[in-house]
Amino acid sequence: MKVLMSGNEAIARGAYECGARFGAGYPGTPSTEILEEFAKYPGVYAEWAPNEKVALEVGIGAALAGAKSLVTMKHVGVNVAADPLFTVSYTGTNGALVIITADDPSLHSSQNEQDNRNYARFAKIPMLEPGDSEEAKEFVKIAFTMSAKFDTPVFLRSTTRVSHSKSLVREADPAEDEDRTELRINPSKYVMVPAMARLRRLEVEKRLQALRDFAETFPGNRMEMKNREIGIITAGMPYNYAKEVMPDCSYLKLGLVYPLPEKMIRKFAAQVKKIYVVEELDPFLEEQIKAMGIEVTGKSLLPYTNEFDPGVIAGALAPLPATPVKLPEVTIPPRPPNLCPGCPHRGLFYVLGKMKVFVAGDIGCYTLSFMKPLEGLHSCICMGASVGMAHGMSKALGDKGKGRVVGVIGDSTFIHSGITPLLNLAYNNGTAVIVICDNRTTAMTGMQEHPATGFTLQGKETKALDFQALAQVLGIDSVRVIDPYDLKETRSVMREELARSAPSLVISRRSCVLFKRNYRETGKPLRVNVHKCIGCKNCLDLGCPPIAWRSFQGLPEGEIIKNTKKQEGNSYIDASLCTGCTLCRQVCKVGAIEEVEEK
Amino acid sequence: MTAMKKKPPEADVRSVLMAGVGGQGILRASDILCLVIMEAGLDVKKSEVHGMAQRGGCVTSHVRFGAKVYSPIERKGNVDILLAFEKLEALRYLDYLKPESRIIVNELELYPPAVNLGTMGYPAHALELIRGAFGTVKVVRAHELAVRAGNPRAENTVLLGVLSQWLDFPVSLWEKVLDRAFPPKTRQANIEAFHLGRNG
Repeated sequence: MKVLMSGNEAIARGAYECGARFGAGYPGTPSTEILEEFAKYPGVYAEWAPNEKVALEVGIGAALAGAKSLVTMKHVGVNVAADPLFTVSYTGTNGALVIITADDPSLHSSQNEQDNRNYARFAKIPMLEPGDSEEAKEFVKIAFTMSAKFDTPVFLRSTTRVSHSKSLVREADPAEDEDRTELRINPSKYVMVPAMARLRRLEVEKRLQALRDFAETFPGNRMEMKNREIGIITAGMPYNYAKEVMPDCSYLKLGLVYPLPEKMIRKFAAQVKKIYVVEELDPFLEEQIKAMGIEVTGKSLLPYTNEFDPGVIAGALAPLPATPVKLPEVTIPPRPPNLCPGCPHRGLFYVLGKMKVFVAGDIGCYTLSFMKPLEGLHSCICMGASVGMAHGMSKALGDKGKGRVVGVIGDSTFIHSGITPLLNLAYNNGTAVIVICDNRTTAMTGMQEHPATGFTLQGKETKALDFQALAQVLGIDSVRVIDPYDLKETRSVMREELARSAPSLVISRRSCVLFKRNYRETGKPLRVNVHKCIGCKNCLDLGCPPIAWRSFQGLPEGEIIKNTKKQEGNSYIDASLCTGCTLCRQVCKVGAIEEVEEK
Repeated sequence: MTAMKKKPPEADVRSVLMAGVGGQGILRASDILCLVIMEAGLDVKKSEVHGMAQRGGCVTSHVRFGAKVYSPIERKGNVDILLAFEKLEALRYLDYLKPESRIIVNELELYPPAVNLGTMGYPAHALELIRGAFGTVKVVRAHELAVRAGNPRAENTVLLGVLSQWLDFPVSLWEKVLDRAFPPKTRQANIEAFHLGRNG
């Protein structure tokens, strides 16, 4: 039966169809839905780990016991998991281990644009790259087969456009899961001390050679010969873009992007006059093919940055006759993502933005607080960076930084990689104030569970991490809990903690407004009483989506209600969007913001 | 279906671009369109944006269909139909269109942050600007129709109804897919919303 599936759904389906029943991962766009979907299939065990390193180690353990194990993460997650990754390449996997890396060309939801094909070569692990959902499903199955056959972890690389596009997939019946797990003790294969790792190192090179031979006959690497003037070597989603624009050229479509089928590439090159390599981001294929002594053109014409689309390829390789539209000349205001109405982060960052402090930020919805008008966050590097950076900055500044450095981190991000730097801060007597923006869920990626929510990925109740107790055993003497809906409390607690010269943690706790399980309605929608509003714009400083400025300019005289002489307009609240969080009422100095009366 | 000018290499592939703001039900609408196309026996691919864009930012979804579709995204200057859920978002994506493209615009203004703060203006006369550049522009008061259908949130289904007039799929197919796409509680209102859009 054909069904419409996203690339992520198809990856999960493929794993299930080929008998994988074990999964681990950490949420991260564009990878998140893979494990969420996989976890729904009957007989599957799947868990969110606190971070990608743990997820991979859990996956390795399961594979060593003989399971077929699926590990999922976004591209930067592989950086976190890189330590076990490079050595599991030596030990091999016994069962099967497939690692999904979901890359994000164009940085739709990421802090960088790294090309994780480089990890395949770096860690000497084979990598498959599908171009649509059907291929994603089939390639996962091949990945599991390869992993078992060659005793190697196998990468499957997706990109945002593969993960989050939908196309038709033919579902197959799932294979029966044959239980091959048992305790196996084999120190020479799994204890990577130097003497044994040196021996395994040789096995890695032998395995790569075997994989190169496999690549030559792997049906996922295929030649599509048409017009021989131009040959295109490509893989993954860019294949589709190129086919769209240049359907009559010859193609070498690579399903396995590492290692490459050198003989096949030579054979293809011998049959076409001019070769283009069409790949997003790094010249990964191009450099390897050039190293074979084959003349190809790639990055001299195509961009290094951002994802492609058919237009990019047409522009670079096959200019199409232009049919320009005369577009209206108009300035279009941008529409960046914003904190939601009622978002608990808004109160905290409103307060921080008004203090003369450096706020080392982290990865999550609250990163958006860097924008006007809040401007309450001043750095964002990677998961967990805020805590260590705030500590380092505060130490380097010495007295100059006293009471002026804050690190902010979300609850899931804190668990991911904020705990060790907090321990470091306590151990080294840091004085930066760390704030956990605890909205009780992994909000940015869509409400995933984590170790402090009290529930597992598969919905079972479990222990919930207690941040206060944890901070105390790490050596943080002062732990304060605040409600970011209370601006006065938030401001005074932040001032008190910044004045302290000992390690300090503030937990800013309030459920994400979109998280149905925890969110409780706080109040009725608010409105602006135009007979009181003086147009001071204080409420606009919150950057709350329902609050808008209505200028008097152009209004008929009768509709203008001025409460001060120089007033130029007033604020307006769209009651249909307002959650009644009351922040605007708290910042209004004239009491002009009131509850909407019941009809 | 109106005759398309023959313009290789993708003569038989058509594309719809849906554009709007996070929370307007764009991804749901494009899913429904894809299912209708699939039921009609054609190949279909769609593409969408997740993550950051969900937080009140722009949301777009490309839907491309035909005998064989490669790319899930359309290039600029080649979209056949723009279905805009909001006026500013219609203006934002006009460069994806060609001169003969057709446009459906929801009569709705959602202010982005810079307009709320008063630092930028919401483009005045957006509809006139669009009409000045394209021949076929249909303006829909989707909210009014959705309310009339009994579910103010069914604006996206109203807009699908309008779109359905320009696509050559039988009403029964749409009804079949809509019937499956919504839970019993909202099903009737959505089917009603679709018809109000289609017949409006």
